[in-house]
Amino acid sequence: MPRTDLSKRATGRRTRSLAPLPKAPSGIRGLDELTGGGLPRGRPTLVCGGPGCGKTLFAMEFLVRGALEHGENGVFMAFEETAEELAANVASLGFDLPTLEARKKLSIDYVRVERSEIEETGEYDLEGLFVRLDYAVKRVGAKRVVLDTIESLFSGLPNPAILRAELRRLFRWLKDRGLTVVVTGEKGEGALTRQGLEEYVSDCVIFLDHRVVEQVSTRRLRIVKYRGTLHGTNEYPFLIDEDGFSILPLSSLGLTHQAPTRRLSSGIPRLDEMLGGKGYYEGSSVLVSGTAGTGKTSMAALLAASACARGKRCLYFAFEESVDQLARNMRSIGIDLRPWLDQGLLRVVASRPTIQGLERHLVAMHREVTAFRPAVGVVDPITNLIDVGTNAEAQSMLTRLMDFLKVQGITTFFTSLTQGGVALEQTEMGISSLIDTWLVLAVVRSGGERNRTLTIVKSRGMAHSNQVVEFGLTRRGVELMDTYLGPSGVLTGSARLAKEAEDQAVMEGYEDDLALRRQERTRREKRAVAQLTGMKEELAADLVEIDRGINDVARQRERLVEERKAMARSRQAFSGTRARGQGDQP
Amino acid sequence: MKSPPRRARAPRRRAELPPQWDLRLYVAGQTARSAIALQNLKRICETHLKGKYRIEVVDVMKNPRLAQGDQILALPTLVRKLPEPMKKIIGDLSNEERVLIGLDLREARSRR
Repeated sequence: MPRTDLSKRATGRRTRSLAPLPKAPSGIRGLDELTGGGLPRGRPTLVCGGPGCGKTLFAMEFLVRGALEHGENGVFMAFEETAEELAANVASLGFDLPTLEARKKLSIDYVRVERSEIEETGEYDLEGLFVRLDYAVKRVGAKRVVLDTIESLFSGLPNPAILRAELRRLFRWLKDRGLTVVVTGEKGEGALTRQGLEEYVSDCVIFLDHRVVEQVSTRRLRIVKYRGTLHGTNEYPFLIDEDGFSILPLSSLGLTHQAPTRRLSSGIPRLDEMLGGKGYYEGSSVLVSGTAGTGKTSMAALLAASACARGKRCLYFAFEESVDQLARNMRSIGIDLRPWLDQGLLRVVASRPTIQGLERHLVAMHREVTAFRPAVGVVDPITNLIDVGTNAEAQSMLTRLMDFLKVQGITTFFTSLTQGGVALEQTEMGISSLIDTWLVLAVVRSGGERNRTLTIVKSRGMAHSNQVVEFGLTRRGVELMDTYLGPSGVLTGSARLAKEAEDQAVMEGYEDDLALRRQERTRREKRAVAQLTGMKEELAADLVEIDRGINDVARQRERLVEERKAMARSRQAFSGTRARGQGDQP
Repeated sequence: MKSPPRRARAPRRRAELPPQWDLRLYVAGQTARSAIALQNLKRICETHLKGKYRIEVVDVMKNPRLAQGDQILALPTLVRKLPEPMKKIIGDLSNEERVLIGLDLREARSRR
């Protein structure tokens, strides 16, 4: 657990005395993360649970992994099964016990206690058990010991008082030798174990559970107590498969993943535009929710195809359709997945959700992701996983899945089916808070049509459009179109087309008017200019006429002055009126 | 630490018939309890099986592997190897009644 790690880091150097409990890595996938390093070293751990819960396997894996991966040999004291039976049982997990025994990495001692063969005749102790254990430990230099299931001694030996005293001595003995021990115990009525083994093992108690809920079996593990260690207290699903034990979470519990700033196209240019112009963030989780038939799978396929077209690998978990069905259906809207499938860029893992329990799904997905190393992952739809477990289980499983994918930096696309009647902007799984980008597809029913709309409910870390757009599935793919807000809400489909036509008509009207008015202006201007020109010409003509008159008068006046002067010159003495009168007829 | 005698046989029948009763007593070291158990066993055998038995004492401290072979857990343990079937009696054999039941000697004696 990260918190432990932190505290280790923080205090480790300065104060050695506060160093956390030494731990022996169990080698069991997931458990060491959960316990912050493994089981308490040099101490006993009680693993208890009902029949068939996996106690023996847990113990065996602890020993085998210890021997193979951590260089700690082990002794398996079996009280219920013979060495041959054990070897056969775990061979399916790839554990080769005979070879490990031959290589002196493991020692298996079958302790048979048959009540009917035993007659008690006085005082005794269990020194024989100690001797055998001691012998086995020394033979392989064991650091780890398993006692499976020591409780069977209670049914085999007649005197529980002696047994209890001896068990106490045994655990002391094991601790004194610094052996890391796993003790298994059968679940009792109202108690962890039938014989109260928890009384002897006080350091670490792990409870395993195997239950069937609604016909689906789930295995769970809970750390009941772990002295001196912060540990997860939840029930964690686990499973036993061909690789042994796996406990989930498979990834860390902390929020420590990287947040890339690179973007990934959604495969729909218009949507990319709405998502800050670039699409989803790489490594983010995208949820698209909507009622049936709103185009969730199509959006998923578009993303897959678009990622593949960019040379990225895409892993598609389909819980509703087979590969062929998916490919065929997507071709009908112009998305061809075949080439990507053939090139191996796209891998579709189709399975019925109910085929296995949730945790098995999670591990199967984990394995696929680890093997395929995709850049994009699609889970279509997550809602089907509820069929397998309860809501809470599915939620916890999805949380871990998302966490895991995020840590891997995989962009994930989840689709979620919203049942009719449930508020659209509410995911049944309650995982919306874990989602970075949430798109809601809805159906608008009006004018005898069903039309799809798309809204971005949220998109962390980017400016995104608040517009409700119409979402159309055409033969060419997905198209996003503007919607109109009508008196009865958002207009889509034919209503949108009608509105568009109406708008068009209004626009045309304005344009006509504008043209008319412009024409009128020109006309008027022209007319005025023409009038002005006419007036100017008239004026010019008038002026010429007037100027001519002025000139005539001026000339007459000039002539008169000249005549007078000539008269005066000829008469010399004549002056005034006479001269003027005579002067007119020279 | 003195080791207990590995074998204590009924001396007189030694050369004659093989003993019908082959008993093995497992003990851990030379403890008081081991000694009591051996003492009790000898007494019971002398009383009920005179001349027909053989006792072998095994110290598991020295031979831990033998403890595994006979599935010894509690100590001391008396194992009746012969006659078959094998029987196990645990404890220091101080309860003679139960030892006799455990060895099926009650029946044997009543038949005689």
